[in-house]
Amino acid sequence: MFVLPLSPPCGLGNGIMKGRSGPGTISGGIAVKIGAPKEIEAGEARVAMTPDSALQLMKLGYDCVIETGAGAAAGFSDAAYKAAGVQVVKTGAALWKAADIVAKVRPPTTPETKKLREGQLLISFFYPAQNDKLMEAARKQGANVIAMDMVPRISRAQKMDALSSMANIAGYRAVIEAGNNFGRFFTGQITAAGKVPPAKVLVVGAGVAGLAAIGTSTSLGAITYAFDVRPEVAEQVESMGAEFVFLDFEEEQQDGAASGGYASVSSPEFAAAQLAKFRELAPEIDIVITTALIPGRDAPELWTEDMVAAMKPGSVIVDLAAERGGNCKLTVKDEKIVTDNGVTIIGYTDFPSRMAAQSSTLYSTNIRHMMTDLTPEKDGQVVHNMEDDVIRGATAVYGGDITFPPPPPKIAAIAAKPKAPAARELTVQEKRANEVAAFQTQTRNQVGLLAVGTLFILLLGTVAPASFMSHFIVFALACFVGFQVIWGVSHSLHTPLMAITNAISGIVILGALLQIGSNSSILVVLLAAISVLIATINIVGGFLVTRRMLAMFQKS
Amino acid sequence: MSIGLVSAAYISAAILFILALGGLSGQESAKRAVWYGIAGMAMAVFATVFGPGIANWFLILICVAVGSVAGYYIANKVQMTEMPQLVAALHSFVGLAAVFIGFNAEIEMNTIANLQAAGETQVLAAMDGFAGTIAYKTPIEISILMVEVFLGVFIGAITFTGSVVAFAKLAGKVKTTAEKLPGGHMLNAGAAALSFILLLIYVNTGGGWALVLMSLLAFFIGYHLIMGIGGADMPVVVSMLNSYSGWAAAAIGFSLGNDLLIVVGALVGSSGAILSYIMCKAMNRSFISVILGGFGGPSGPAAEIDGEQIAIDADGVATALNEADSVIIIPGYGMAVAQAQQSVSELTRKLRAAGKTVRFAIHPVAGRLPGHMNVLLAEARVPYDIVMEMDEINEDFAKTDVAIVIGSNDIVNPAAQDDPNSPIAGMPVLECWKAKQVFVSKRGQGTGYSGIENPLFYKENTRMFYGDAKASLDMLLPKID
Repeated sequence: MFVLPLSPPCGLGNGIMKGRSGPGTISGGIAVKIGAPKEIEAGEARVAMTPDSALQLMKLGYDCVIETGAGAAAGFSDAAYKAAGVQVVKTGAALWKAADIVAKVRPPTTPETKKLREGQLLISFFYPAQNDKLMEAARKQGANVIAMDMVPRISRAQKMDALSSMANIAGYRAVIEAGNNFGRFFTGQITAAGKVPPAKVLVVGAGVAGLAAIGTSTSLGAITYAFDVRPEVAEQVESMGAEFVFLDFEEEQQDGAASGGYASVSSPEFAAAQLAKFRELAPEIDIVITTALIPGRDAPELWTEDMVAAMKPGSVIVDLAAERGGNCKLTVKDEKIVTDNGVTIIGYTDFPSRMAAQSSTLYSTNIRHMMTDLTPEKDGQVVHNMEDDVIRGATAVYGGDITFPPPPPKIAAIAAKPKAPAARELTVQEKRANEVAAFQTQTRNQVGLLAVGTLFILLLGTVAPASFMSHFIVFALACFVGFQVIWGVSHSLHTPLMAITNAISGIVILGALLQIGSNSSILVVLLAAISVLIATINIVGGFLVTRRMLAMFQKS
Repeated sequence: MSIGLVSAAYISAAILFILALGGLSGQESAKRAVWYGIAGMAMAVFATVFGPGIANWFLILICVAVGSVAGYYIANKVQMTEMPQLVAALHSFVGLAAVFIGFNAEIEMNTIANLQAAGETQVLAAMDGFAGTIAYKTPIEISILMVEVFLGVFIGAITFTGSVVAFAKLAGKVKTTAEKLPGGHMLNAGAAALSFILLLIYVNTGGGWALVLMSLLAFFIGYHLIMGIGGADMPVVVSMLNSYSGWAAAAIGFSLGNDLLIVVGALVGSSGAILSYIMCKAMNRSFISVILGGFGGPSGPAAEIDGEQIAIDADGVATALNEADSVIIIPGYGMAVAQAQQSVSELTRKLRAAGKTVRFAIHPVAGRLPGHMNVLLAEARVPYDIVMEMDEINEDFAKTDVAIVIGSNDIVNPAAQDDPNSPIAGMPVLECWKAKQVFVSKRGQGTGYSGIENPLFYKENTRMFYGDAKASLDMLLPKID
């Protein structure tokens, strides 16, 4: 656990830091208060605390406080908060003063930052990568900041993954918004008044928002196509009922696992293939929902002007990447425009806020889960455990230091695709050494066998007469040839091999033939005759069967 | 035909035989190779018959004619599934012929010895053929000849009774389990030792009775040896007997001083030896332990198997097959018994027509004969390029949707890898359980030929498709689209 100095370095500490608990905790004689101010940003309707989440927070041992009217835009009245036991304060200033922990939706504005104080904990979307100044300001004020947008994407942290919650809503809302601006049914219908073709929807980028959009669109009855640069999501796309648009493109496919489940930049060739595919699709697509974002970069342009021009009048484009420049160049941030050829392009960036009740519920639940992790003892005491992957990852400012960017999490977000363990390429020397070693053993074995064999034959030669030795040479050579030849026989031909060796072992007929002419004994003739008979059966039967078998082998 | 011409014909025949065996390295060249073999045999027989010292032409003609008709009849009548029996039966013929020829050599030797003792040189000089060659042998050559004859008869006799027993076991006329008389291997060892003593007696005294007695002992050894080997080891037994028949021919060649017999005998002998070696390797067993019979008793209690065998009906299998993209079929002896290869072929055809990848995985000891399954599948017109060896296909199971095991058991037994106490521990097996789904077509819940429990049947991704393999597949076929 990260250890804070007992007395704050600048000596400006207030009572909160001097409580009974140890370093790194916020505590006091009175219970720790979590407060949610009214969002100042224009048009922001969400609130970071709902009456329901307040109840849960209180179970963790916290007191809750809210600025009056904070939940009004999301449909939560002051009365509802009061009923849940939340203290309602009149002004934002009062709230910032009263709360030890401030939960917000949007990053704090400059005036709000001024209200931060030593040891106060701020939990909100913060976008630390783009908000250096804000981070620095918070550090100067001595506050700690947990950025909800920095929660690492690991299984354990999913319950506080506010980005996913919001993306889910954005995806849903994007389809609804598109439907609102689209003059036809989503689903195809055959009515007494005529046939209505189903709408065709293309979702570009199958992240959380994309998948939510796919789900909504298919459940409305549209024919839905989806595209993503990560081919491994094809399965997810298909599970949602959409058709994955595959590119005719051969490339080392992106493994989303390497980038924490997010897409990364693709090669120019891939981008070109992708655009060509979209161009081909554009004339028949009624609704395009683009959600393609690459972390930390401007949105890639995926839906070009000529594609927009190729679309039918009345078509709708919803650009969920509008905040970062848009996947379509014609997108105007926060506005809905209609092009000359009658295509509506929606560039709203506040989809979650447009469904404030839903998004506030989800977001406040995410915050509540974050607090649960910060309160392991459920005693209303924050334990800011910087050893914890999730807490560490989300913390942007802590103890007077900027702690962004966090170290990579210890657990990979997604199990990396098990790549076949690449057999280690042997170096040339090693290969050579192996070959030499194999060659040497082989040589040793062969020389050994030859030596033993020669010795044996020499020994035999000393006793056996020449006539035997001449036959023996033939025998030894034939064995040798046999061993050499048989190893080459293919496995599948082992049965024909047996049959044919069986047939040719009928060669014993020669022995019988040589004896059948004997004039020494009738018994010899009889035995030889029987031998000729059965050896002939063997020969004829063996060869015919072999032929029968071999004739059956055929290639497909 | 002069001796020179005969020798020339023999050389050609020997080369043709070598080409015949070498040609079996590929399916296409094999079709040519068999003609080389036939030509070689025809040349050898023709040269011998018309060579010097051959008489009784009429008898030869009759015997060859009758033998040819019988051989033709058998070869055309035999079912491909009965191939193992046929091969075993034919081996017994070679063995018996070797025994007879050995006896003849002994009789001739006695005749010559008697004539020599009586000093009838004119009669001796008039001797031609085999007897003639004996007549000019020195005493030491006669001794060597006697050893050769003895060995030829010994090996031939073992081959004969061994093959007869193997035939009976393969044809199901005798129980296939390993059975030994009390005394077990000691009986065989004793008989072999006694034969050796008889050899010494025979060479020293020339007593024909020793040869006859030894033959009886060798008949017993052949019988008892193969009786003691369990059914699952039959591929090794058949190739081993194949090897023996070759060595018997070679020994006869030595006794008769015929180089062609020696060459061919050696070729066949080494071929059989290599096949036995390959089979043993495929079962991870030493040749000795197979010869000594049956599976060795398990060294410890076999691992307990949890779970139960879950049955499935034809509809379930059909659904899975219709959904699968890749299928591997593992045939075994059960397919041969049920004559199901045609149905398997039909299934393959249908699945391939539906655009699925269908392949066959053949374990080296599947069936009762080396290469048995290949022949059956070829008979059923399954293209041979989708029939794979174990090593070629074993790694692909993990990428396969459905593996169908038809009548095989030990060759797909995961216990060979997992359970060090299993009697087949260490034997290379087809890792079909790695496929997403495994269907096992099997007659019932029994443990099968070798009597070893198979944990595959209890695995979670395994479904048992009970019933006769042919009936089951025929039920399945109409449901595949």
